[in-house]
Amino acid sequence: MADYNIPVELMEALKSKFSGIEILENHEVIVPAADLIAFMTEIKENPDTAMDFLSNLTAADYNDRLETVYNLVSVTHGYTLTVKVKLEDKENPQVPSLCPLWGGASWQERETYDLMGIVFTGFPGHPTRILLDENFKGHPLRKDYQWEGGREA
Amino acid sequence: MKTETYTLNLGPQHPSTHGVFRIVLELDGETVVKATPVPGYLHRGIEKLAEARTYTQVIPYTDRMDYMAAMLMNWGYVAAVEKLMGIEVPERAEYVRVIVGELSRIASHMIATGAYGGDIGALTAFTYTFRDREYVLDLLEMVSGSRMTFSYFRIGGVVADLPEEFFPAVRKFLNDLPAMCDEYDGLITGNEIFQARTKQVGIITPEMGINYSLSGPTLRGSGVNYDLRKVRPYSIYDRFDFDVPLGQNGDCFDRFRIRIDEMRQCKRIIEQALDQIPEGPIMGKVPKVIKPPVGDAYAEVESSKGVYGCYVVSDGSPKPYRVHFRRPSYINLGYLGKLCEGWKIADVIAILGSIDIVLGEVDC
Repeated sequence: MADYNIPVELMEALKSKFSGIEILENHEVIVPAADLIAFMTEIKENPDTAMDFLSNLTAADYNDRLETVYNLVSVTHGYTLTVKVKLEDKENPQVPSLCPLWGGASWQERETYDLMGIVFTGFPGHPTRILLDENFKGHPLRKDYQWEGGREA
Repeated sequence: MKTETYTLNLGPQHPSTHGVFRIVLELDGETVVKATPVPGYLHRGIEKLAEARTYTQVIPYTDRMDYMAAMLMNWGYVAAVEKLMGIEVPERAEYVRVIVGELSRIASHMIATGAYGGDIGALTAFTYTFRDREYVLDLLEMVSGSRMTFSYFRIGGVVADLPEEFFPAVRKFLNDLPAMCDEYDGLITGNEIFQARTKQVGIITPEMGINYSLSGPTLRGSGVNYDLRKVRPYSIYDRFDFDVPLGQNGDCFDRFRIRIDEMRQCKRIIEQALDQIPEGPIMGKVPKVIKPPVGDAYAEVESSKGVYGCYVVSDGSPKPYRVHFRRPSYINLGYLGKLCEGWKIADVIAILGSIDIVLGEVDC
């Protein structure tokens, strides 16, 4: 398997610029929600990294936290990068919207809001439901969501 | 003279939407001022359902996303689970995957080509591509026993080896394929009315394509050379010699045209795979009960519509803790609203068709 990670020296530079970030052994980056916009802007606008393509945006619900996951690609250099944000407040999870940076964030954030109930602050016109009906109650991908049916329910 | 805009509701039942999909158009005369796409009518909650199934039981659900290219949908999911578990797929299985995957791509592009002709008013085109797609479905039925929802891939390989009679049949089909493509080109691509309806319509600039996370023919129509099989070759795609067709203008015509060119490239890939395919097992070493280690993995493949990704989270149990599918149709459709602005109503149909969406995948 070829290696598509961002070169180590560029990651070091990022680490010294953003002290709050954590770089894991598998090259994933954990970013505090407060730094997300600044961090994403840096890796997108800096020509050395040029992570111009937001390939995937999703979230997962763990016992103690919610986590948003961003899979970024540099079409220019061919690098890939996974960025995660941990949201400890499960009652009122909020993370800055990436819509100012990528148009592609819009529908993916709406989907994540709809199914997982994460609020993307700064989303133009507050994210609205996209797959489910506007009158739907709850966010089904949450682990505590009570659903009818299911084989062993 | 004072004029007012008015609202026109297109769908959810409208043939040009290829399923149940709605667009609310705000019109000034015949010109679109604002277009608001409304998806979700086919939402089945596959990601939630997957959490209550075992890893293998999720495979049939992936068939039902892009059911025009179900082999490729299987592939993205098993690739993510294999990555999570570190499973090595045997050589022969990789070749089988490439062969059936590319056949699935041809079948999908045939529908896209014919249905687009139908959208523009050339309904005859539909009958030609559907006639030829039957040959592909026959081949895939030979392999998997099913014509649309194959569930042919397994974590670690494929479920059955290619039957003896498949090889001469696929060779014959590949010999006929260029003539089929020539026929589509003669019938649709070269048609003057078709060109008038699609050239310089719905232009996507490369910058906007990348900014909106578009992928597949929708992005490559704008000249962006982004095909995962080339830029980050997965499986064994680095062993094949093929070209990535690119558009120049980013208009509906370019997006349509490169699908036909891609079919010709699929032929090259499959022929090389048939020449190179080794003997050997078709399933890797996989435990009886699939329990990936705690962690997550994200894998992407190039489906017929674009980059199809799958994010899998495991908590160590036999059921996936979380599955997310990055569906190319859904994300490509996210740009539709912006793309339609300023064009006429008739162009909306041309633009929507050129993106080639499948609602099963959009709504998931």
